[in-house]
Order: sequence, then structure tokens, then C-alpha cells
Amino acid sequence: MGATISRLSEKPNLWPWLLLAPLAIYLAIFFLVPLIDVAIMSFTEPRLSIANYQKVLTGALYQKVFLNTFMTAALVTLACLCVGYPLAYLMNASKPRTAMLILLLVTMSFWTSFLVRTYAWMVLLGNNGPIVAFLRAVGFETPPQLLFTRFSSTLAMVHILAPYMIMNIYSVMRKIDPVLIRSAESLGARGFSLFRHVYLPLTAPGIANGCVLVFVICLGFYVTPVLLGSPREQMIAGLIGHQIEEFLAFGMGSAMAMVLLAITLAILAIYHRRFGLDKLWG
Amino acid sequence: MHQYLQLNGITKTYGDFTALKKVDLTIEKGEFVTFLGPSGSGKTTTLMIIAGFEKATAGDVLVEGKSLSGLAPHERNIGIVFQNYALFPHKTAVENVYFPLQMRGVRRGEGLKKADEMLALVGLGGFGKRYPKELSGGQQQRVALARALVFEPSLLLLDEPLGALDKNLREQMQIEIKRIQRALGVTTIFVTHDQSEAMSMSDRIVVFEKGEIQQAATPLEIYHKPQTRFVAGFIGESNLVPARIGDAAANQAESTALGICDYAPTESAVTDGQDVTLLIRPEHIRLSRNPIEGRKNVRMQVETIVNYGDNALVIGKVGDLQMRVRVLGADVVIIKEGEECCISWQPEAVFVVPR
Repeated sequence: MGATISRLSEKPNLWPWLLLAPLAIYLAIFFLVPLIDVAIMSFTEPRLSIANYQKVLTGALYQKVFLNTFMTAALVTLACLCVGYPLAYLMNASKPRTAMLILLLVTMSFWTSFLVRTYAWMVLLGNNGPIVAFLRAVGFETPPQLLFTRFSSTLAMVHILAPYMIMNIYSVMRKIDPVLIRSAESLGARGFSLFRHVYLPLTAPGIANGCVLVFVICLGFYVTPVLLGSPREQMIAGLIGHQIEEFLAFGMGSAMAMVLLAITLAILAIYHRRFGLDKLWG
Repeated sequence: MHQYLQLNGITKTYGDFTALKKVDLTIEKGEFVTFLGPSGSGKTTTLMIIAGFEKATAGDVLVEGKSLSGLAPHERNIGIVFQNYALFPHKTAVENVYFPLQMRGVRRGEGLKKADEMLALVGLGGFGKRYPKELSGGQQQRVALARALVFEPSLLLLDEPLGALDKNLREQMQIEIKRIQRALGVTTIFVTHDQSEAMSMSDRIVVFEKGEIQQAATPLEIYHKPQTRFVAGFIGESNLVPARIGDAAANQAESTALGICDYAPTESAVTDGQDVTLLIRPEHIRLSRNPIEGRKNVRMQVETIVNYGDNALVIGKVGDLQMRVRVLGADVVIIKEGEECCISWQPEAVFVVPR
């Protein structure tokens, strides 16, 4: 009898893992298999070689696009931080009702479809749009080109990605013990020195989370830069699409995708060593 | 300078609720004063008003005759140790202690040296490089204390700083805090709801209840001469007997349960027929089989005996009145639960609580 019981308890319980099965199967079919396929294609199309990677890593055009992608991602991240930090602070400082309202506004734009938001910017910034009309009305003879520039794509990406930044920073701010701030005040800190020496370091984990998340998502952004950005300042995802749709260069597209994936994983790995990936989602 | 800190008619209201009613108090330089009271009695509110985190509805706080009202917390030069220590988690112990000096423009090298010295004074020499999460509760407490003292504050406020520590560590820290306070001679206000902590540490205890100061006196006075019923019941164990003054000239009171009862001469003016409360400490009562001559004797029906080893608490009834008696552990064998016995005391053990 005792032996039966011990044998039963030694047997690992597989039932919980079974609950993961549907998701695991789905991911295997629609994510893992295609990803492996892409990895293989990057070496075999059009013939078995590492020529695709050589081109991607050394070609002037590709280097320029990668560089541009990083610059754009950095710019968007910085803009998101500049917009998001004060807003998160405002949310944290205001009464629960007001905070709820701001949270609702932030998440509402978060829930609106990607494409809808992108097209909304096209309408707003277009040559016949309200902003250009306003600029004309206040005296600009030839208003600046707003749409299809680095400005319009950056603006739209900031709009789309800022909620990630805000939510990450806000969740960290909420956890700060107000007694720490009181304590700092009692020790003689005020205004900017209080912010620099106490508040900013305490919110740094939220800033790091938000920045990594926005930067990584931004690296692979496709729709917004393609639809709103300048054709001369392509981002890597757009170029991959271009390669495959226009030139049917599956090998080149795959190689670029793999390089992008490797860079993203490298960033996440560095982040993980420094802060721990589990903190990334708050 | 006898009146170092003065509280003049401090009142605090939140809407209809009055948290503090005209609190007046003066504290001398170098004194260690404890604010004692149950939660919600106003002791912490008073502390926060002194620190500048709360604004008094009326009244004023003065240090060396100068009003603090209108000064923000960071301008008051008051060191505070909070209940959960409130150490900055992103700074090491020594950086935490250096922080107030840094805010006062002290150069890093000089400031860190001073912080190190202060850490050594609180018994944490060599722990400076550790982060708060690498320190035990008692060590964090010491860092918080060092941080609150390093800038030579005009006042040290301790807001229930020992609440989170276990009993042994607590007693150790009580001694440590007293030692450091004496060494630096800093005027200190210590807030607690723990009466034994208040008794063992303070030069003076201020008992708060319902937003008012019930009594401000030395620990011994608070224990032996409580001025109000609340203080008599809150500090130590007590038998509180409702009574009426029978003959004030002869120091005699009458109680339904105890009959005529001699009491110790009292400093407060009482008149014949006045309703009072008599305080008899359980450790001043003796338990015996038969009446003892020269003492006030009454018969008690024993209900419960709680044995603590070195001593025992005997709870019983004299008529309708419940009485508690502390006896030495060895003496408890003479009596059993359910039996009747004799309890007795001397007139000096009976104290009249005026209010």
C-alpha cells in the first residue's frame, strides 16, 4: 500500500502541461515552423551559400537602412520617454478618478486598431488635412510637407508606442512608497535635487522597461513607416517587405529578418542580464 | 534654555473630526520624551505637525522660541526615523547616511567620511558598502538612525521605529537608541503604543488619548500617580475600583465592593462625597488563607489562575468587582481555582485617581 502511494507521488503530474498544449501547438505551426523555414531560406535562396548575409552585413544600402532603423527607434523611444514620463507622473500624482480618466484615454488609443490610427494620421497630416489648412490660414504660403516624412512616421509611431512607456513607468511609480519621498524631504531634499537623487533613480527600472519594450517593438515596425514615412528613409521591416513583394528575393528578405531577430534577441539578452526579463511586463 | 521645544495650543481637525484638541507641551533641550497612546490618539499627528508634513488647524510649534510654521519639512532641520525606516533602496548604507549632507552641500569625500563615522557610532562600522536589502531589520534601523542624526538636527523624531522588530532585537535597540541619544544629547521625541518601551526609555512620557494630553510626567510618576482613569488603566496592570470619598481629612473612601478603604495621602484636592477611582496595582496585593493584621483585608472568590512560572496572575471576584492579584510563583500553590481566599493591602497601595 505504502509502495503504491509513493510510486504515485513520484510520478510527475502531466496534467498542468496539457493545458499548454493548444497554445504550444498553435505556436509551433504558425510561428516556429515558418521561422525555421525563414532561417533555412536565408541560406538556400537562391542557392546554398552565405552570400545573402554577406550582402546584408556589408552592402551600403542595407547598412544605411539598419542605421536608419536604429536612429528612428532611438528617436521614437526618446520621444515616448519625454511624453510618457510626465504623463505617468501626472497619473500617479492625481486623484484616483482623474488617474482613471487619463488611463482610459491612454488605453483607448491602445485598443484602437493599428491601421485605423495610421490612416487617421494620414488624414490629419495630409495636404488637404486640417493641419495644413490651419498653417495656410495663419499665413504659410507653402506649408511644409508633413506627410510621408520622417516627422510623420515618427509622430505616428510615438502615438502608437507611448502607452507601453506610460504603463511601464506608471506601474513603477505607483509602487514607490510615499514615505521615501517624505523621508527625503525631512533630510533636506527639495525640488530638482529630490527628483534627481531620489525620484528618478527609483523610477529608473520603469524607464528601462519602457525603453527596451518601445525600442524593440519599433525595430520591427512595418505598417506605419511604410504608409506614413518617407520612401527615402526606409526602415528594415519595410525593406524586407520590399525585397519579397517587389523582387521576390526571398533569400535576401529572410537574411535581413534573421539579422533583425538576432539584434532584437541580443538587446533582450543584455536587458535580461541587467534587470531580468520577467520584469519587462510590469 | 529650558523651553527648547514648545507646542502652543496645537489643534488639528479633519472636517468634523477633531484629531488634536489644543495640545500644549514644552520639552527641554536634550530630553527624551515619549508620546504614548493607542492608535488614533493623536500622537503621530502631533509628530507629523512638528515635522511639517501636516499643517495644524490652529496653534504653533516653536524651537528655541522661533516659530516653525511657514517652514517646509526640508527647511526644519529635523531628523526623522520612520516606522519602516524608509531607506533609499538604490543607495548603499553609507550613501544613505551621506544623503542629508549631500543636500546641504557637503563635499563627497568629507561627507562620506562623516557618514562612515556616524555608522560606526550606531554600531555598523564596515557595513557601509551594503545595500539596504542586504541588511537585517535591526541593521536597517541603525542606518536610518545614523541618517537622521548625521546632519546634527535640532530635533530627532522616532515614529514607532521598533514596531517591525522581534522582541529580543527590540530590547537591544531600545538600549542602543538610548545610548546614542545620550552620547549626542539630541532632543528626542519617540512615538510608541508600547508602554513598556515608553517606561524603559523615556525621561518623560506624554500620554495621548482622543487628541488630548492625559498626563505628561516621568515614567515613575505616570505609573504610581496616574492623573486620569485612562492613564491608570493604560499603563501597567491595574485594579480600578469606583468609589466615593467618605472622609477626605482621614483619607477614607467608600466602595460598594470593598467597603471603607483607606488610601494614600493624595496631592490632588478631593472633597467629601466626590466620585473617584481607586487604583490598586496587582503586585501590591497579597494573597493569604486568613486575614493579615494591620492591612485592609477582603475575601475573594478565585476564578482563574494564570501561571507564568516566576509569577502568577490570580483573577477573582470580590462581590461583583473583578480583582487581579500578582503573586510570586512559589506562593500560588496555597490556592486553587474555585476556592475562597483573603486578599489584603496597605493604605499606601491605594491611589486616588482624580479624574
